[in-house]
Amino acid sequence: MANSSDPARRRRSAFDVFGRIRAATAPLRQSFVVSFSALGDNAQAAFVRLFDNGYDPDASEEHARRGEEGISVRNLSVRYGERYAFENLTGEFAPASLTAVVGPNGAGKSSLLKALAGIIRPAGGEVTCAAVERHRLAYLPQQDELDREFPITVAELVALGDWRNFGAVREPPRRLAASVDEALAAVGLSSVADRQIAELSVGQFQRALFARLLLQDAEVILLDEPFASLDENTTEDLLHFLRRWRTEGRTVVAVLHGLDQVRRYFPSTLLLARSPIAWGETSFSLSADNLARAQKALNPPESARIGWVA
Amino acid sequence: MGRVSGQILGFLIDPFASFGFMRIALVACFALALANGPIGTLLLMRRESLDGNVLSHAVMPGAALGFLYAGYSLAALTIGGLLTGLAVAALAALSAGSRWQRQDSSLIAFYLVSLSFGVLIVAARSSQADLMHVLFGTVLAVDVKALLLIASISSATMLVVAALYRPLAVESFDPAFLRAVGGGGGGFRAIFITLVVLNLVASFQAFGTLLAIGPMLLPAAAARCWTNKVWPMIALATVFGMAAALAGLLISYYANLPSGPAIVIGAGVIYGMSLLAAGRTRFKPKSLRGQR
Repeated sequence: MANSSDPARRRRSAFDVFGRIRAATAPLRQSFVVSFSALGDNAQAAFVRLFDNGYDPDASEEHARRGEEGISVRNLSVRYGERYAFENLTGEFAPASLTAVVGPNGAGKSSLLKALAGIIRPAGGEVTCAAVERHRLAYLPQQDELDREFPITVAELVALGDWRNFGAVREPPRRLAASVDEALAAVGLSSVADRQIAELSVGQFQRALFARLLLQDAEVILLDEPFASLDENTTEDLLHFLRRWRTEGRTVVAVLHGLDQVRRYFPSTLLLARSPIAWGETSFSLSADNLARAQKALNPPESARIGWVA
Repeated sequence: MGRVSGQILGFLIDPFASFGFMRIALVACFALALANGPIGTLLLMRRESLDGNVLSHAVMPGAALGFLYAGYSLAALTIGGLLTGLAVAALAALSAGSRWQRQDSSLIAFYLVSLSFGVLIVAARSSQADLMHVLFGTVLAVDVKALLLIASISSATMLVVAALYRPLAVESFDPAFLRAVGGGGGGFRAIFITLVVLNLVASFQAFGTLLAIGPMLLPAAAARCWTNKVWPMIALATVFGMAAALAGLLISYYANLPSGPAIVIGAGVIYGMSLLAAGRTRFKPKSLRGQR
């Protein structure tokens, strides 16, 4: 029986050996497949972490926590090289509040917004804002920080507001075109949807950026000089959005220059001059006394300045 | 009539049909044009043409060291150039913090110094001809190995640009937005600069350190005159790049002129004609539309 020259039997034993090898290496192969797919998953996760952190389609569905998202800061400082933009800011932008940030030129207002938005890293202290991690924060840069000559249409610019639904590499969802149209209609730019952004006036461009904010649908909205060099009409229209956002329970922080505007529309104000001068109800923050202190904090006495020049 | 057009066709095709080095040079230039279209356009859009110029000179000392070490070795030239190019890009990115330091004077100082270093290194050991080779390249000396390198770099470049076009574009006109939505700004700048250095190293084989930036920027600048949409601009830049390469190679063949400069001059002529033509058309981008 043990005749190994029997061809059928030899073939069977060859299969046998093959089967045994297969059986013996099964765990190894299994682990190889697992580690290979784990490698793929890890690579994908690393890509998302490094480059595509903003892709978070689930975030769009959460509205439950609206009205609970504020920002609190503790001992916050921002520094460029040796010079502090501002330092030692402690306090809270309450949920569903509408706060103006006011101060002389170079007081650190824009730097504050950038630190709140996570665009620049603070030199010290911390920002606590759940909305940042959940991609529910929107930031409107000053107009001159954008390159208006870049060849992109108004509709494309506005569509970027839906970033968390497509991120860096994915195809945009189908419903995007409809929501872009809706946002453009809301800011009154439907007729210029297909124009290049370079062709827009300053006011139209700001309206387009507000349409992008509408699409971002964020809980916390930071605006850097949203009404700078706009005419009264546009300002009025855009202020309307700020009020609406507040009634919807969103937290809005805006850097502003016109004190009348602040007094009229903004319930609370942070007066900043490298360090916080006053933070609270607008009538308190913008008292003559506080304003004078803010001026003085940035403009050292005359004699000291002349000393530098001479 | 048929004879004339046949002659013209012969005039266009003969050099490439008869000589292998002409064919390789043409394919190499076309491959470079394919990658230089998107890279050059993005460089222009990002207003970083000067940075590109500086990087092209930063490739020089490394390539020169590679040359000193191993002579005309493709690997040595490539690795050396890549290393110094990337090192300089990293240094510049680190020293400027979040944004490239926009001090033109320091950029220019840097490229003059690195160019001089490169020249000194090459001159230390070798002849005038070697120096010319490093400075202006030799399209006609590109061999199959170099062609493979160029083709790989240009394929990889096109794939990466296609995949990451959206964040690259947003980062170039509204970086704060990209960071605020968690798009990771610095990473994309690093990827883009790496692509620029890679393509400069690829171009370096053909055009040398002084001219490598030419086939990258000139066709893109010409394309900018005709359209203000990005994808047509990239396509047009690629076509212009190829046309300049074909014309330059033919001129250098028939007039017995150095081919690299001929190609760059071809691209320059296309740019000049585009500027003139765009002056009379409504296609001109707003940035060029001066007061009449």
